Amino acid sequence: MNLSPQINRHTKTAQQLIGAAALAVGAVFSLGASSGIAADRTLTVYTYESFTAEWGPGPIIKAGFEEQCGDCSVEFVALDSSAGILNRVQLEGDNTRADVVLGLDTNLMAIAEDSGLLAESGVDTSKLSLPVEWTSKTFVPFDYGYFAFVYDTEALPSPPTSFEELINAPDDVKIIIQDPRTSTPGLGLMLWLKSVYGDEAAAKWEALQPRILTVTKGWSEAYFSLFLNGEAPMVLSYSTSPGYHMEIDETEQYQAAAFDEGHYLQVEVAATLKRSPNQELAQEFLTYLVSKEAQSAIPLSNVMYPVVDLGDQLPESFNRLITPASTHLFDPEVVRDNRKQWVDEWLDASTQ
Amino acid sequence: MNSSRTWPWWTSGAFALLVILTCTLLPALAITFEAGNIDWQQLFNNSYTQRVIWFSLKQATLSTILSLAIALPVALALSHKPNIPGRSFIVNVFSLSLVIPTIVAIFGIVAVFGRTGWFNNLLGTLSIPSVPLYGLTGILVAHVFFNMPLAARVLLVNLEGIPAENWRLTKQLGLKPVSVFRFIEWPAVRGQLPSLALLIFTLCFTSFAIVMTLGGGPRATTIEVAIYQALRFDFDIKLAVALGAVQLSICIFLMLLSTLVKHNDALQFNPYSVVAGTERNRHDQHLLNSIWSGLFWQAAHYTIIVATAIFILSPLLALVISAINSKLIAVVMQTSTLDALFNTVIVALASASLSLLLGIGLLNSVRHLRIRLKYETAGQWLQLSGNVILVLPPLVLGTGLFLLLRPYADVFSIALVLVVIINSLMALPFVLRILDGPVMQSANHNDKLIQSLGIQGLSRWIIIDWPQLRKPIGLAMAVSTTLSAGDLSAIALFGSERVRTLPLLLYQRMGSYRLEEAAVTAGLLLILCLVLFISIQKIIGRSVHSAHS
Repeated sequence: MNLSPQINRHTKTAQQLIGAAALAVGAVFSLGASSGIAADRTLTVYTYESFTAEWGPGPIIKAGFEEQCGDCSVEFVALDSSAGILNRVQLEGDNTRADVVLGLDTNLMAIAEDSGLLAESGVDTSKLSLPVEWTSKTFVPFDYGYFAFVYDTEALPSPPTSFEELINAPDDVKIIIQDPRTSTPGLGLMLWLKSVYGDEAAAKWEALQPRILTVTKGWSEAYFSLFLNGEAPMVLSYSTSPGYHMEIDETEQYQAAAFDEGHYLQVEVAATLKRSPNQELAQEFLTYLVSKEAQSAIPLSNVMYPVVDLGDQLPESFNRLITPASTHLFDPEVVRDNRKQWVDEWLDASTQ
Repeated sequence: MNSSRTWPWWTSGAFALLVILTCTLLPALAITFEAGNIDWQQLFNNSYTQRVIWFSLKQATLSTILSLAIALPVALALSHKPNIPGRSFIVNVFSLSLVIPTIVAIFGIVAVFGRTGWFNNLLGTLSIPSVPLYGLTGILVAHVFFNMPLAARVLLVNLEGIPAENWRLTKQLGLKPVSVFRFIEWPAVRGQLPSLALLIFTLCFTSFAIVMTLGGGPRATTIEVAIYQALRFDFDIKLAVALGAVQLSICIFLMLLSTLVKHNDALQFNPYSVVAGTERNRHDQHLLNSIWSGLFWQAAHYTIIVATAIFILSPLLALVISAINSKLIAVVMQTSTLDALFNTVIVALASASLSLLLGIGLLNSVRHLRIRLKYETAGQWLQLSGNVILVLPPLVLGTGLFLLLRPYADVFSIALVLVVIINSLMALPFVLRILDGPVMQSANHNDKLIQSLGIQGLSRWIIIDWPQLRKPIGLAMAVSTTLSAGDLSAIALFGSERVRTLPLLLYQRMGSYRLEEAAVTAGLLLILCLVLFISIQKIIGRSVHSAHS
């Protein structure tokens, strides 16, 4: 079609016209609705919901950083799921107002880097203590943990100890999992099964279907709204989750099931956006995030392992958590190259 | 009126057409261009895509069959029992399901049929295993809840149109109920079924809120929901565009099919008119009773009517009861609730006004074309342009707008504007359906006189049309306001933690299982819609006499 360039140009012009009109109307709307233009030294951080909860690390880290930086302020924007953070900056493209994204993980790193939206962090990560070697210059790791099924010992005295046992468990053993498209634990479980079973993963997902009570969008609703309300005896969470219940609730009721096949590692990361006008402040924030002060809030507020050695500041209960028999982890590039296909495979098995 | 200059008759229609085409054709073109890069073979070979398309068709077909299969006995029972107490109440509640926001009704349905709802509790006490709601079951229950009453009303109107002589003849011939149905009743409703089926199929095929909330995850996903997920879950623009193109083609096919269906009354039928209880004389009632005499028929009729009433009323009742809980005051006072309430009212009034402006703009020119110039077909085509949302469902339109605007703006910060555009186009077919009859009727009646008096343009609307049409205009405004106030589709796509409306807030609260807060939000939205619906009709549609006082 030799007409198309011309049509294309016309639509381009029309696109611009509409764009301009919508912008004008939008400006009027946002003047009325939004809180106005933020002060210069405000750092906007996109993160997931539980990070900003009252009991989460958000308030502690905000207070600590604001005290250190003087006249700046941190604004957390809580999105409804962790993988949703990446989606959101991709949808907003060059017009995003995020300075920092916080709460992606190793699995999403290559995908996020390919979007071209992120900048090098400038933070020294060489002194951090992580179960893996850290090479990325873009992403700053701020905590880690192992995916595990957490179970209610009162409802399920003897939990399955492997995927095989889980698949063959009695009918009333139900699990709540998260959607790999929206939640990093959901993605983690998908990769966990892939790493354990390889080409058989799809068949295993199909076999697992009768165990799945529901698939939620994010971790919060699976854990708080459903699992802790007794809707199911098991939920996909972290090996560290029982630490919180033992330390804060002083109960041994909730424990993580150690699986013979080993567990999948998650390292949670933060990064700065290229378009952010607050590069320096963002770097300061990320540096603070891995400081001993901020990290000491991680174990009991984000309920993950810190990335610095806290010595005896690490809560005692963290010594009583399960130790994975072996660790599973894909390279970020492998996840990038296969995520679409593996999610399709998962969707396919889940729509049977 | 000596206005020095009036706009020619075609300006209003041209303006409306321009707005409609700009807001739909450009997004559609954006999708088409983007779709040029898609590997269709790969798309159709993907078993997930296949399953989504198949499931969309399957659930719509089942919903249509179920709705009609239930609507027919309900309409028959109601027509056989014209004097049953509470009959006109039930029939009017049937149209209430068109005012209640989908997401609110879904909440009520969950409260009745959900895992811990009334229905499963009842089954539990009878030791019957509970029926899971989420998945195909939930989608079907909700689709029947919304569409069965609509169908039953259309069928009932047709059954009541059977002349009284036919009944007397029936009696004289001594026909049995089965023969009465075969020779008298079936012929009266048969003609309506194809167009009703098509209408319900189209509504269910493009249904969004119901599938998203009651689908229960990836197992039950329709094209419309898959488009939303492709954009908001995967950032897979290609998949969104491809699915949008598929949806677009199927909707165009359905639209073409509907022009082939002869008896198109169902599409013209105005679901918002209040049905007056048909008064039949005692003789007729006696006659009807004598045809369906005997315990079996009595029991059957009462069972059907009572069961229908319970099915329609119990979700509403459950909603009202659960909304009055300990969190009531706290939730109503929350900033997030109040912000959402404010946004909802603004969006609803803005889209309704835009919709009405476009509708009246179109009809002003259509009237001139059809009545003065006698260009019947041209007029109808112009009017059809207002139905464009039927081939370009909200999520497809939203995807197109997103593609167009993303290079220039953060779409989330202009969310309300986009929602207003989409919602006003969604309401336009309803506005046109409500106003079309009255506008043409009054024009047919007065056109010669008006022409001889030389009244035209805006002054014609102010002097002649307004006093005559304010009632239907009030109804159109009320309907489009409640429609936008309760819509979840556009705001689901563009809403965020920055901009929420009550339906989105309700969806999020249901999604995170904060059920008490969700119940209060649902109750608030329901009250808002009823208040808007009634007060707008009162304010705009006041009778002519009181307007002069």
